[in-house]
Amino acid sequence: MSTPILPARTFRRRPAPSLLVPPALRAQHRRRRIRVLLFLSPWIVGFGVFLAYPLVMTFWLSFTNSDMISTPHFVGLRNYRYLLHDDPLIWQAVRNTGWLMAVMVPTQVLFALGVAMVTARLKAGAGLFRTVFYLPALAPPVAATVAFVCLFNPSTGPVNRALGLLGVHGPLWFDSPTWSKPALTLLTLWGSGTMMVIFLAALLDVPAELYEAAHLDGAGPLKRFRFVTLPSISPVLLFATVTAVIATLQYFTQAMVASQTANGNIQASPGFPGGSTLTFSQQIYVAGFNQFHMGYACALAVVMFAVAMAFTVVLLRRGSGFDIEEAAK
Amino acid sequence: MFLHRRTPAGSPSTRNSTRARLAAAAVVPALALALTGTTAACSAGGGSTAKADTGAEDTTPVTITFWHGLSSPHEVASIDAVLAKFHQKYPYITVQAVKAQDDDKINQAIRGGTAPDVASSFNANNVGGWCASGAFQDLGPDIAADHVDMTQIPQAVQSYTAYAGKRCTMPWLADTFGLYYNKKLFAAAGITAPPKTMTELADDAKKLTVRNPDGSIKTAGFMPYFGAYEMLTEHLLPSWGGSWLKADGTSNTASDPAFVSALTWQKNLVDWFGADKLAKFKAGMGDEFSAQNAFETGALAMMVDGEWRTAFIKNDKSDVDYGTAPMPVADDKPDLYGSGFVGGNVIGIPRGAKHPAAAWKLVKFLTTDPDAVASFADAIGNVPTTLAALDSPDFTLAKDPNFATFLEVFKNPKTSTTPASPNGGAYLTNFGPFADKWQNGKVPDLKAGLADIDKQNDAALKLSQ
Repeated sequence: MSTPILPARTFRRRPAPSLLVPPALRAQHRRRRIRVLLFLSPWIVGFGVFLAYPLVMTFWLSFTNSDMISTPHFVGLRNYRYLLHDDPLIWQAVRNTGWLMAVMVPTQVLFALGVAMVTARLKAGAGLFRTVFYLPALAPPVAATVAFVCLFNPSTGPVNRALGLLGVHGPLWFDSPTWSKPALTLLTLWGSGTMMVIFLAALLDVPAELYEAAHLDGAGPLKRFRFVTLPSISPVLLFATVTAVIATLQYFTQAMVASQTANGNIQASPGFPGGSTLTFSQQIYVAGFNQFHMGYACALAVVMFAVAMAFTVVLLRRGSGFDIEEAAK
Repeated sequence: MFLHRRTPAGSPSTRNSTRARLAAAAVVPALALALTGTTAACSAGGGSTAKADTGAEDTTPVTITFWHGLSSPHEVASIDAVLAKFHQKYPYITVQAVKAQDDDKINQAIRGGTAPDVASSFNANNVGGWCASGAFQDLGPDIAADHVDMTQIPQAVQSYTAYAGKRCTMPWLADTFGLYYNKKLFAAAGITAPPKTMTELADDAKKLTVRNPDGSIKTAGFMPYFGAYEMLTEHLLPSWGGSWLKADGTSNTASDPAFVSALTWQKNLVDWFGADKLAKFKAGMGDEFSAQNAFETGALAMMVDGEWRTAFIKNDKSDVDYGTAPMPVADDKPDLYGSGFVGGNVIGIPRGAKHPAAAWKLVKFLTTDPDAVASFADAIGNVPTTLAALDSPDFTLAKDPNFATFLEVFKNPKTSTTPASPNGGAYLTNFGPFADKWQNGKVPDLKAGLADIDKQNDAALKLSQ
């Protein structure tokens, strides 16, 4: 090594003290960096091929009339204009997705938290109950949805029969525009075992001394929950909410399978009954894969990405217990 | 570590080149993949779009792949039988048939450049998209070169297998719709003949309906609720002579009075039953393609359905004593009686097919050889799509009077179909939820609603341009 002057770029990027590092050590650093890069390269390739490239292409295709078969032509903002002014079903899809976010997400978080709190306190049979509540999360979404729709069949399903025995006139569930989304919410609650397990772990992590101290200070169960439990688990609560919001924005499989199973018609258009279960991501699928409007589907996907990003950022900034400044460091 | 050994600490230039090489090692595969992706996305595998016809004399052995949607054992056996006949006629072409393929898979394969040589579909909704985008190859040159007589295919069938003057698919058997009625229940209700007008249909439906003590439906005379089996707007509309699109391809729902008449008739009957009661009854009807089908079990006295039901009734060993008739027609359109809705299977050569010449031979054989068409139609109980096959003595199903009804409907010159559009029948997708809202009383102004549908359909059509 006989070159004392480093190239300008390197000089600017490196902090000054590195100039004082002996050449041998510098070579070692460099080798280490190369090794790190090499080990990272599968991820870099994967990131490029499966994330960065599709993202860029999606953004570009959203300004074209692509059908993914013939050569796409640039059409400017036409797809976005269609989204805002002309798409007959998109606002219904937005409303449905909004309903799911406003009702399904909080219900799911509260339900999972409630179950976790109960199972965390259990003295006997805790393992059994935790298993029982977690089990539904293992069922494949399609199978679980089909089974659920059959259970809730208004005329032959056992749920309405049981309700009938109690003298309750059961609703049409998946066959009624009013009840289809609540029925989907029940399905989500039934399958929220993963969230429950995360809450359970967080709850069991809260130091017992804090509860003892609060108890000594005269705090009742509600106050203990408000001032001990909640602050301790708030990062987990935030994580669960953010992931649930993103999952709901992309809600697809259950709504698709439920409407097709309930309708029983092979040519069913998604959203049965009456468009009540049509979600934003279903509309992307229909536009792109059934109607040859891939350009428009890409525009929808871009909007969904932006909305998911906005929700995540807002939630993370608002969420107590998760300091974004701290995270940045 | 191997990198360490290969490039011992060297001059800055060596260092830089190492870095560049490393970066290249990481980036090049990504770039290469990305480029392949782009090519595939833009040209769908870059298969030949122009006809690479090697001529009839070329008898080099070749193996072609053929995707179809049939899956039940007796249907797959029927396919194998007709393909064996093809192989006998063209011994140098071997066909590899792949069962249970749907339109989404075909589209994916074309987009990914892995399309089969020949592909078929159960419904013609995608024909417009396939022709317009070039996903399926234009068969026009082959038809001209081989002097295929297209007049042997009825006009309505020709119309749903081509788009904007481009014939990118051929009809491969058809589905024709009519009325199925339960003779035993008819006799019990004192009805002697199947209804011929929509008013008669509604009257008979009311007579045939039996309710439980709590008011719920035990036996439905007719199921007017959209979405129940084949009770769809597109199957009902021909009875009023309605058409979905204008000649220029724009939406016709508000301009055609047939829509208001058909929907009003339907809603009146739905209201007589009670929409919620129908929804509950519909949810309890057995699976359409199973022995629990409500018509086959006797819970439904009349229904609109395709000719294939005759084969299902036989295969399911249902003891329903039934008859078939053309769909009743609007009271003021008696001349339409005898016609109906026709739709069907299509078959074609996707872009990217590796052996288009051999593929065309298979398509031609399956769709125009009278023996091949008649024997296959016989085997799976569908309507043949050529006049020669329809009249062929090999077509034994024609002797079954319940099946013969559908052949008559099929041959009727007023029989119609849903028109091809470049966006895979988006006009039907837009109409589905609207029809659902309508029958549940959620559309306050029908004409305004239909005008909205027009606007939506036309806007969607512009997206394809």
